[in-house]
Amino acid sequence: MTDRHPYAYDSKIEGNIIFTQLDTAINWMRSNSLWPMPMGLACCAIEMMAAAASRFDIARFGAEVMRFSPRQSDVMIVAGTVTYKMALAVKRIYDQMADPKWVIAMGACASSGGMYRSYAVLQGIDHLIPVDVYVSGCPPRPEALLDALMRLQKKIMGEHSLIAQKRELFASI
Amino acid sequence: MTSTPAHEAVSARFGDAVTGHGEFRGELTISVRPDAIRDVCAFCHSDLGFDMLLDISSVDHPERNPRFDVVYELYSLRAGAHLRLKTTAAEDDPKVLSVIGVWPGADWHEREVWDMMGIRFEGHPDLRRIIMWEGYPFHPLRKDFPLEGERSDVPGVAFTEPAPLAGGPFVTAPVEGTTQVREPRARHAGDHPADAAFLAEP
Repeated sequence: MTDRHPYAYDSKIEGNIIFTQLDTAINWMRSNSLWPMPMGLACCAIEMMAAAASRFDIARFGAEVMRFSPRQSDVMIVAGTVTYKMALAVKRIYDQMADPKWVIAMGACASSGGMYRSYAVLQGIDHLIPVDVYVSGCPPRPEALLDALMRLQKKIMGEHSLIAQKRELFASI
Repeated sequence: MTSTPAHEAVSARFGDAVTGHGEFRGELTISVRPDAIRDVCAFCHSDLGFDMLLDISSVDHPERNPRFDVVYELYSLRAGAHLRLKTTAAEDDPKVLSVIGVWPGADWHEREVWDMMGIRFEGHPDLRRIIMWEGYPFHPLRKDFPLEGERSDVPGVAFTEPAPLAGGPFVTAPVEGTTQVREPRARHAGDHPADAAFLAEP
């Protein structure tokens, strides 16, 4: 066997030890276990359920654990029309989520108010909370939500949270 | 249909409190003075058998005095008959007697009319807003309220900003012609000469 794999420098530890940066390892763990906070407010929520069900199976991306408690969630999926009456409840739930946290604005309404140019509808959830990924569509298909999730994973993989924290720490000392 | 007998019975009982009636495609509408609406409703319920209140709605006539109409849609489960009662409310201090004692189901209908049109119902035990939140300063279904909304701010509860309409509201042109002519477009699109030429194209 060793003849056929000459590049295995040490068969005793190969496959058990990985050399990497801490940030990369943490980002890898975070991006592959994104627990969504399903903020289902309208028909987009139906597509979100379809994305979670067996045909599209959001579990393939480690995001199947829909948590209805903000304390246990990583990414809030704002799926649907955010009325002004609901807006501050959405913000409150976002504030209750533990850091690090991300937001997907799913569909036209959550992104921009959509077709509701109206006295009752908030014209985009980004007026209240920071959004990482916007998904177009009315409602978007489940594939679009999965695409948003993959883009978010890619974004998380590029973050430098720990290095930034250390820099802040050293600067404060 | 029991339309005409219903009108005669109400007229015979309430006399000049009934200000008019009309029939349109078999639907009878009786107009009633505001101070008599609760008694007329109670009479329709107990004597005429209109045991179900389908809806209470309101109409805004900005140029008219009194400005508001309040419309009651009644239904008799036994006879299968409809009846529409109409009364009015003035612009300054609009109020109507509550019919919650006649049909308990009037509760949320009256709250909706109060929320959307700003007509108060005297005798309602719990007249709160039902769709907008407590503290919202406007009644958005009034004709003088802009579609895009007004600025409002109740700290900690909700805030609102006017919505960008981008040339809208978009309406279907009320003319004969092809889809291209009739399709929804900005209401003021025809004001510009270029738009007028575009609209005139076959």
